[in-house]
Amino acid sequence: MADSTLYKYVLSLGDDALVSAQRLAQWTYKAPFLEEDIALSNISLDLFGRANLYLEYAAELKGGNTTADHLAFKRNERQFTNLLICEHPNGNFADTNVRNLFLDTFHKLFLEKLVESKDKQLAAIAEKARKENSYHFRHSSSWVIRLGDGTKESNSKVQTALNNLWMFTGELFEMNKVDLEMSSQKIGVDREALKPQWKSIITDVLTEATLNIPEDVFMTSGGRDGIHTEHLGHLLSDMQYLQRAYPNAAW
Amino acid sequence: MSTTQETTFQGKIDKGLKIEPRDWMPDKYRTHLIRQISQHAHSEVIGMQPEGNWITRAPSLRAKMVLIAKVQDEAGHGLYLYSACETLGITRDELISQLHTGKAKYSNIFNYPTLTWADIGAIGWLVDGAAIVNQQSLRGTSYGPYSRAMIRICKEESFHQRQGYEIMSKMANGTPEQQEMAQDALDRWWWPSLMMFGPHDLDSAHTSNAMNWKIKRETNDELRQLFVDRSVKQADLIGLKIPDPDLKWNQETRHYEFGEIDWDEFWKVINGDGFCNKERLNNHTTAHTKGQWVREAALAYAEKRNNGVNHE
Repeated sequence: MADSTLYKYVLSLGDDALVSAQRLAQWTYKAPFLEEDIALSNISLDLFGRANLYLEYAAELKGGNTTADHLAFKRNERQFTNLLICEHPNGNFADTNVRNLFLDTFHKLFLEKLVESKDKQLAAIAEKARKENSYHFRHSSSWVIRLGDGTKESNSKVQTALNNLWMFTGELFEMNKVDLEMSSQKIGVDREALKPQWKSIITDVLTEATLNIPEDVFMTSGGRDGIHTEHLGHLLSDMQYLQRAYPNAAW
Repeated sequence: MSTTQETTFQGKIDKGLKIEPRDWMPDKYRTHLIRQISQHAHSEVIGMQPEGNWITRAPSLRAKMVLIAKVQDEAGHGLYLYSACETLGITRDELISQLHTGKAKYSNIFNYPTLTWADIGAIGWLVDGAAIVNQQSLRGTSYGPYSRAMIRICKEESFHQRQGYEIMSKMANGTPEQQEMAQDALDRWWWPSLMMFGPHDLDSAHTSNAMNWKIKRETNDELRQLFVDRSVKQADLIGLKIPDPDLKWNQETRHYEFGEIDWDEFWKVINGDGFCNKERLNNHTTAHTKGQWVREAALAYAEKRNNGVNHE
């Protein structure tokens, strides 16, 4: 039986959370100071929790013996449908916070809509995630402001991060067939409609941070179709190593 | 004058009262505490590395979440302990710089590598298990802020210990490969865990003052014995074998007798020649140095805000 549209939709949201969480987990013991180690791992933990909820739901929709761990650890690069920005390497502290700001701002708007989903389970996940996301947004936006309006060096680093990551933001608002169908059934969210508000919040944050909004450039995309940057394969081979090496073991 | 102060101080301790930051205390008491609490704080922080080494590879979503939460707790413990240490008149920057120059130590145990997932189980079970024995005893320590930090920390550590034991127990009952990993991890972590309690009481430079001042409440050897008695039973329960041919139950003392620790190895690792000493310190220094521009930016931003407020 072909996978249902709802399954594909839930899976893509789970992949976004999972890959972002895995990236942030790489900061452990490498943050600029101890309080930030705690903050970044806290956000990573929230995102793993979110990924777990989405993937458990996806596994249930898929049926059979599928589990959330199956979906996380036994699929290949081409089967992962996360947005490209999620898999982007951490870079320096400014790069990570800019990536987080783009995503947290998006989720702020997206989750506000998803709580109204006709699908009760999605609405419940969104409700929980929304609360956590408001903390994530406070964290990333306040750091972008601090770094932007900090020293010359930090301003230049965060501006470079913004310019480099801007090309991944177009994909946030793309509507593929799955999105269109889910949105028309009032299960999913119209991503495209979130763009003006997203741009306006980002503009406010960057203005306060004395940073320039990057000019619109070529926007890359492909994550939802399983076309990824070369970074994803490495992230997955690290994450999936034990499950792949010992397929018969339970942990 | 100073004799009176010292009498009052010792009197409080003998009555089981806590010494608080503003109370008079002998310089040596202060120095001893700074050394011990900072070593404890640094251990929490450096201890994030061997476990952090497995976060991205943890084999299930649940295992990942548990491990991140645990490492996050350790960062939190580091923070309480740095704060407790700061009440003695030293800054966190100074403490970190003592770590980087090698003046301050951290627990030897973290100079061993985590090679398989079973090592994460062994760390939780044995290393946190040994830490708990030590920390439970330190809840009654005479310095107030240290004692309060220990009470908080103990609550979280017992959760860590259970999680570690759960990993070991699953693996010890798993596939032959998992069983092999579990036994191998126990073989490698057992002796270093026993070393965590420090040298024999007779050879310990710091024991005697620390006992009089009630900084320490039980001796290294007493605590080590408590740990061995507990752990042998736990190993039996999951079918793992403690790597000590001299281990045997003594019916009279109601304790396990165990073999002699390799003290040459202990001193070698303490003095810097352990497997991971350089790497652990280097990782910490690198993260700290790489974070310099971020800390400067945060400071510059805060200063601008303060100046702004003053102008208005």
